[in-house]
Parts: sequence; C-alpha cells; structure tokens
Amino acid sequence: MSNAPKPAIAPPIPGLVGDAIVWIDARFPLVKLYKEQVAEYYAPKNFNFWYYFGSLAMLVLVMQIVTGILLTMNYKPDAKFAFASVEYIMRDVPWGWLIRYMHSTGASLFFLVVYLHMMRGLMYGSYRKPRELLWIFGCMIYLALMAEAFFGYLLPWGQMSYWGAQVIINLFGAIPIVGEDLAVWIRGDFSISDATLNRFFAFHVIALPLVLLGLVAAHLVALHEVGSNNPDGIEINKTPDPKTGTPMDGIPFHPYYTVKDIFGVVVFLGVFSAIVFFAPEMGGYFLEAPNFIQADPLKTPEHIAPVWYFTPFYAMLRAVPSMFGSQFPGVAVMGAATMILFLLPWLDRGKVKSIRYRGPIYKRFLTAFVISFLVLGYLGVVPTTVWGQLSKGLPLIGGADVATIVARVLTVVYFAFFILMPWYTKVDKEKPEPERVTF
Amino acid sequence: MKTALKFLLVSVVLAASSSFASGGAEVHLDRAPINLKDMASLQRGARTFINYCLNCHNAQFMRYSHLTQIGLTEQQIKDNLMFTTDKIGDTMVSALDPADAKDWLKSVPPDLTLSARVRGSDWLYTYMRGFYRDDASPTGWNNTVFKGVSMPHVLHDLQGTQAMVQVGEKHDHDGKMEPIMKLAIDRAGSMSAGEYDHNVADLVNYMTFMAEPARTQRTQLGVLVLFFLVIAFFVTLALKHEYWKDVK
Repeated sequence: MSNAPKPAIAPPIPGLVGDAIVWIDARFPLVKLYKEQVAEYYAPKNFNFWYYFGSLAMLVLVMQIVTGILLTMNYKPDAKFAFASVEYIMRDVPWGWLIRYMHSTGASLFFLVVYLHMMRGLMYGSYRKPRELLWIFGCMIYLALMAEAFFGYLLPWGQMSYWGAQVIINLFGAIPIVGEDLAVWIRGDFSISDATLNRFFAFHVIALPLVLLGLVAAHLVALHEVGSNNPDGIEINKTPDPKTGTPMDGIPFHPYYTVKDIFGVVVFLGVFSAIVFFAPEMGGYFLEAPNFIQADPLKTPEHIAPVWYFTPFYAMLRAVPSMFGSQFPGVAVMGAATMILFLLPWLDRGKVKSIRYRGPIYKRFLTAFVISFLVLGYLGVVPTTVWGQLSKGLPLIGGADVATIVARVLTVVYFAFFILMPWYTKVDKEKPEPERVTF
Repeated sequence: MKTALKFLLVSVVLAASSSFASGGAEVHLDRAPINLKDMASLQRGARTFINYCLNCHNAQFMRYSHLTQIGLTEQQIKDNLMFTTDKIGDTMVSALDPADAKDWLKSVPPDLTLSARVRGSDWLYTYMRGFYRDDASPTGWNNTVFKGVSMPHVLHDLQGTQAMVQVGEKHDHDGKMEPIMKLAIDRAGSMSAGEYDHNVADLVNYMTFMAEPARTQRTQLGVLVLFFLVIAFFVTLALKHEYWKDVK
C-alpha cells in the first residue's frame, strides 16, 4: 500500500468541518464507523413499543454515570461521615438534591427499563440463533447491574442500607464449608463496617462501571454484527432489495430510529421527572423511610426488605425451606433463578421466534412466568404473614403462611418455564411465519 | 400476545391494590393540615421546635441559615432563634450531653432533622397530640401511636394533660364486649384544643420543611420541567411522523 492519503468517503462538506473530517478520516475510520454503525445500520422497520427500552437503558446508564460523578464530588465513603455527607448534598450542595434524586430514581428506572427490555427479548425470541451471545452479554449486564445496585445501596449508610447489606452478605455465609470465611472476606470485617463501606464504594464507582461499560460495548458490537430482531422474529437479511442489496424491510438507524428514540426519550423523561420532582421516595419503594435514619449496628429495623427490583429473588429465597439447618438451598435457588437465564437460547426448540406465531402452550407458560415474577416481586416486599395462615387441620402444610406456600408454587412456576421449555416449545402448534415483516 | 399483556396488567393492578390493603393493622393517623407555602406557620413551627424540641433533640443536619428559606432574615434568626454562642452557619445541636441523656431518659433522643421523612407528617401530627397520663409507665406518660414512649409530654403546659377514658363498649370480632377508649383532657393547659392542634400543625409543618428544605423548589421546578416535556412530546412526535412518512 502506498502512503497516499485514502480517498475521502465523507460527503463533501464545505469549509473547515469538511477538511477536519477528511483529515481525521485519513487517520481513523470515522466516517466508516458512522456509516456502519448509524447511518447505514439497517434496522427492521416494524419495531413497536417494546423496542424503546434498549436506547432508554443506554440513556439511564449515561445519566447514572454523570450524576454519579457529581455525587462522588461531595460524598464521603466513611462510616462516620457518609450519612451526613448525603444530607449535605441534599441541603447545601447547589442542585445537590436534584442530582441525588436523579441518581436514586435512575437506579430504580434502570431496572424497570432493563426488565422491560428482557421481556421484549423473551416475547420475540431475541435470544435465538444467531443472537445467543448477544443475549449472554445482556444477562451479564443484568448481573453486573444487580451487583452495582447492591454496592451502591450501602453508600447512603442508612438503616436499610446497613441491614440490607448485612442480610445479603450473610447469604454467602450459608454456602457450605467456605461460607463464613467468604462472608468475612467480602465484608473485610466480622460485620458491615467502615471497611465494607470503603470497598463497596470502590466497587460501585469504578470496578462495576468499568465492567458495565465493557459489557454494554460488547452487547452493541454483537447486536450490530447480527442485526436487530423484530416483533415478527424473522430475519430481514433474507429479503434484500435486488437493486441496492440492503434489506427491503430495513431502514437506516439514523435518521429513522434516532428520531423515534428521541420521542421515546421525551416520554421516558416525563415519567422520570414526575418521580424526581413529585415523588422521589415513590411511596417508600425508591427511597425507603428507614434509610433516613443513620445506620445503627445495634438496632435492627422491624422489617428488612430489599429494594423492589430484587424482591422476586428474595421471595424465592424465603420460600425455600432450610434443609439440615442450612439456608443454603434457598441461596442456591436464588442463584439458579438468575443463572438459568443464560441457558435460554438452548432451551427453546421452537421453529418460530416471535410470540406472534407461537402456539397456545408457549403463551400460557410465558403468561404464568410473568405473573409468577410479578407476584413474587410483591411477596418479597411484604412480610410472609401478609395473607394469613392455612388452617392447622391441613396435612403437611397446615398452619403455614399462605404467602410462603404461594411463593413456593410460584418459584416452581418460574423454573418450570425454563426447565420444561425444550418440551413445550417442541410440541406446541405454531403458526407459519410470514415471508416479510408485518408493518 | 394480547392475552399475555392483559394478564400482565391485571396482575400488576392486583399486586398494587393488595399492597394498599395490607397496611390495615396500624394505628389510625390523623391527616396533618400542613402547608409548606405558609411562611407564618413555618416560622411559628420553627419557634416551637427551637424552644421545646431542641432542648433535648438535635437537628444536626439543619443549618440555622436555611431558616432564611421560610422568610426570615439572618438578623431575625440571630436575634430570636439562636443562642449567642452559635453562628448562623451552624447546625442545630442541643446542649444536652448524650451521656447525660442516657442517664436521665434511658435513651439518647433521636435526631429530628429527618423524622418527618422517617415517620411521616401524619404520624408526627398524631403523635404530638396523642400523649396521655399513664401511671404504669416509668415517666408517667404514654402515647397512642408510640406505646411505651420514653419521652415525656413536653408540650403539656400548652395542651394540658389527657387521660384514656372509657366512653362505651362494642362487640369485637369474636362477639365479646370490648371497651371503647378515648382521650379526654383532665387538666386544661394554656391553649384550647383547637389552638393546640394548630400549634402542633405549625410544628409538623416546620419539621416537614426541615426534613427536605428543597421540597418547595423541587415541586415548583417540576411543573416547569413537565411543561417543557409536554411541548417536547408534541414536537418530537411531529418530527418522527415527518421522517417516517417515506417508510412504506
């Protein structure tokens, strides 16, 4: 290859900007990247409501990073000062209250958006070949996000921060043989303390954000390699335009989906702002009342519950009876509930991807799965006594809490959705897929 | 698909409604008649708070200087609400030594800066009106919403003292008779019942302000932000339709 400058593939923009693009392009694939990833990335034209949540998750990630950086400027990761520094941010830092509420609301809405994004993947079979790795990166993002949220939740050093972390880390103590040592190793102490706060701060502000950003980049690279799925679950690459060679049912991401996503962003910001400005505590679900009391290792709150986005798994943990005097079975079930998501691409044996062409059995299983997840989420928030007790006369389960029995049944439903999937997706009566997307 | 969505909606509604129903067993709370825009009420509340509560409790995250937000000048705050040794940028700290407090009151009085966010305004309003004489308790006081409370009724010279008296009987769930108990003033204070309620409302109003001084600014700004987003909604929707006209 000669050293002659590469021919500019930039559109001829007059003046200094055009010259700058030509200069950069000779040294860095700026225009190429822009074309491949944005202007000539062909996305199916039939995206519906469920396809807003990917871009919204990106928006929330950026918002969390920016507000997080600003919070870090005034927050003190020290058991003596942490709680007071948060109140300092809320009162004395100009616009500190806004930044803090944006961060706390953003955390909850991040999970809401990600759950809806995952629901989309489930409904339209976005995890199926060739998107298995895309799905796996997504599952890893979800796990990293849970860790990020858990570490961040300790930082305000309120009662719920403290006791929530205490309960979750004690779960590791339930692991046979290594459990106790593992819990001490995580805490850096025999109970949650200043040492724990410091390391959680390190994880929350640097380690996990790096992991998250790397995974999100991999998620996007994988997406742009295989192309987006769509509500019909059929590949738009199969029907290229004979003249241009681009998919007939595809449209360039920019400008079509950029303008559409901007509209989605405005709607999302409407919901987000309504919470930030009018209900930042969200009835105690986003900011819990006991967390306005400084952490006190000597006073256990009456009712310890994790934040709402962890409660489906927490309900499973409580539902599983302890065996041989160990909590470990519950911990294992809770872990399995998240890890089983990774197997989804290989559990599904259906011929079609989208719920639009699935048979009735799949639809029933998915509905049961969604209901079990939501009700488990509710049960994780409330005490197990919420629905009273069964009558003592019943065999085996007499006198047990109704909520616990329901949670057990729903845990089975949750796992049945996955474990029985190879069977029910195979025997189900599916409808034929269309040749082209429905638009 | 449609049925799945319907199920989803129904289950969300069910979960939400049952969560509202689950709070039934708690004590009835009176609604606190507070108004964060009523500066006179906030100032009266601040006076009550500093004269009574601050003797034992701290508000260690609340600076005196933030009282300018309830319509006071720094000079007024210094002249009327502060001890001469305090500076305007100081936070509200009681003179009571925590060790003494433990000795005299058996526990250190909790910090009150955020109590309106911990307990809620309605709880505070009911609590401050719910003290009654109880000879069985160590302090001689009990409270309708806080059984076995260790704080004596500090405002009793204003309210007077209340006693729990039986006013009738009713059938409970098992058909047995149970007494209906009610609070009644047995020694009048310097205020009438109405005046005392107003006084407590002012105090709770102030404590609600103190728990989140930015609250008024927050809701005012929120209206503007949502107004902007409503306009942006229509603009971006029109923009989307304009671009998508040629997608067939």
